Amino acid sequence: MTQKQPLSSLVPGQTATVQALHADPGFQFRLNALGFRIGKHIKVIRTAPFNGPLHLKLGNTEVMLRQQDADNIEVLM
Amino acid sequence: MKRIALIGMPNAGKSTLFNRMSGANAKIANWPGVTVDLLSAKLLLAGDMAELVDLPGIYDLHGFSDDEQVVRHFLCNNTIDLVLIVANATQIDRQLSLALQLKSLGLPAVLLLNMADEAKTLGITINTQQLGDELGYPTILLSAKYGQGYSDAYQLIETALKSSQPIGILSLEKDFAVDQQIENKLDTIIRHSVDVPIQTTHSITEKIDKVMLHPWLGLPLFFAIMYLMFEAVYTIGAPLQDSVAWLLEGFRDLVLVPLFSFLPPLLNSFLLEGVFDGVATVASFVPIVIVFFLFMAIIEDSGYLSRAAFLMDAMMTRLGLDGRSFVMLLMGFGCNVPALMGTRTMRSRGLRLLTMLVIPFSLCSARLQVFVFMTTALFAPSQAPLVLFSLYLMTFAVVILTALLFKGQFNSQEPFALELPPYRFPTYRQMILRGWHEISHFLHRATKFITIGVILVWIVTNMPYGVEPASSASWSGWIGEFLSPILSPAGINPELTVALIFGFVAKEIVIGALAVIYGLEGTSLMEGIAQQIDWVQAYSFMLFTLIYTPCLATIATLRAEAKSAWYTALSLAWPLTLAWCVSTGFYQAARYFGY
Repeated sequence: MTQKQPLSSLVPGQTATVQALHADPGFQFRLNALGFRIGKHIKVIRTAPFNGPLHLKLGNTEVMLRQQDADNIEVLM
Repeated sequence: MKRIALIGMPNAGKSTLFNRMSGANAKIANWPGVTVDLLSAKLLLAGDMAELVDLPGIYDLHGFSDDEQVVRHFLCNNTIDLVLIVANATQIDRQLSLALQLKSLGLPAVLLLNMADEAKTLGITINTQQLGDELGYPTILLSAKYGQGYSDAYQLIETALKSSQPIGILSLEKDFAVDQQIENKLDTIIRHSVDVPIQTTHSITEKIDKVMLHPWLGLPLFFAIMYLMFEAVYTIGAPLQDSVAWLLEGFRDLVLVPLFSFLPPLLNSFLLEGVFDGVATVASFVPIVIVFFLFMAIIEDSGYLSRAAFLMDAMMTRLGLDGRSFVMLLMGFGCNVPALMGTRTMRSRGLRLLTMLVIPFSLCSARLQVFVFMTTALFAPSQAPLVLFSLYLMTFAVVILTALLFKGQFNSQEPFALELPPYRFPTYRQMILRGWHEISHFLHRATKFITIGVILVWIVTNMPYGVEPASSASWSGWIGEFLSPILSPAGINPELTVALIFGFVAKEIVIGALAVIYGLEGTSLMEGIAQQIDWVQAYSFMLFTLIYTPCLATIATLRAEAKSAWYTALSLAWPLTLAWCVSTGFYQAARYFGY
């Protein structure tokens, strides 16, 4: 697949590349600082039970991000 | 005096470095002004006295959560001679952005790449010379925790400080359209000087996480760990408490009693049964608190708290809270005050206020002392840890109820992302320092609140002059009788009522107050209380102590952080109402069922 899709649609174990971030400016800066930048590789490690947050890995940084916030990050598999 | 500031992203090891540089004996003072979050210490550096300031972590200079505001405010209102940028070497690919932002402001700085030990394990190599040249800041690798590279880093800091020109008041209103430039430069520098193996894994962390964050096992494991921890605190702490109580009792009988026997009876009673018994009873619980904090230190340092946030976030969201709120509740098990201040990382005011409303229900170490005392007095040793654990679960029950009731008032839709750091273990030195910190914290409280509290209790139990202490003719008797229509439905007798009133100042005073009111100490106090009340009354009293109005320090912090009189009033009135309802409900139900 070479189509952009939201990060939240990935399943654990999949890796993708960040294409775009849609967030309010404050949160966008925070995401940048955590390593979410265009062109970066993201791996989904797991998701928490009860539709909980995603456990992600970017470089050597592991981050948790909620599903609804992951909806706003476009990635390419 | 020269001023040096430690700046870096959260969890980069600024405070570890701060402690290493300032040493255990350096004076660490709360910074006067906007916040108590700035810690400063004075130290001799390059032949001059310098002031080292530890700042809260900041992700980037745009940051506008309350903790990041502290950093911005500091940078905009102080002259700074040198900035020590602390970055996690294993995450240099993103943490370098902060150094580049500071560079664009023209701040004199040194870049300290911390956690050299972890970088080495991961096979990450950094050409610090190349990196420093391209960035324009002297750069060095070190481990603030274990000390590798520290002496070289220290020399580098001294050299930089000698030649640095202080920079005046900064303006951060700068246009950050330069961000794209910074991003490009970041990529270039990293490409030139950092070599990361293609497959880097914190393999141990990954293995542990497979179990700890298991979809089904994760949550049960969390509660199992909590239970084991409290069981361990009780098993290790209770005998220690016994021995300290025994020592203090010996000191009283062999030294103080003969020494004070020449004093007039009233003064003798004031010193022995007032000040000494009260303070000594509280002091005997310090070992338990130290053991508790040693475990807390391990858990806090392990990185497990972020995992707890990950596991609980989905549930907390439904309560109008989030994973960070849950972590603050856990931190509150130590002391509510830092937990309340920890909510500064939340950007949404609604979320922050709702979290601060529930944190005071967290069973803090001061309340732990009261509960250990009560459970030891009234329950069999095999039951005691379970009773204790049930009170911790009660914390969560009350939090859930409160959050559900008030989430409509404190709305929030804050997106948030949280780092999950690799698992780590504190060094022995760090654990000893933590234990020592708790002892000095106790001594500090003992000289202020606790002593004053027990003196007041002595006065109300012994006045008017000449009455039988704590009898119905004494002031405490009057207070107890006066409030008895309200508290007797909860099974709380007049003596316990007086103890609760003084517990408002600091919860430790509750046990000190009981010692003074009953005129007993140590084991005899426990036996005395066990004769007066049964387990149902004791449990009702513990529920009340857990839930009712938080201590004075907590209230002061709530007020300062929320800056709202209405909110402060709510955080006083609601717990008091709830405490009465829960205790009365429990007591009446237990009696109804024949207990």
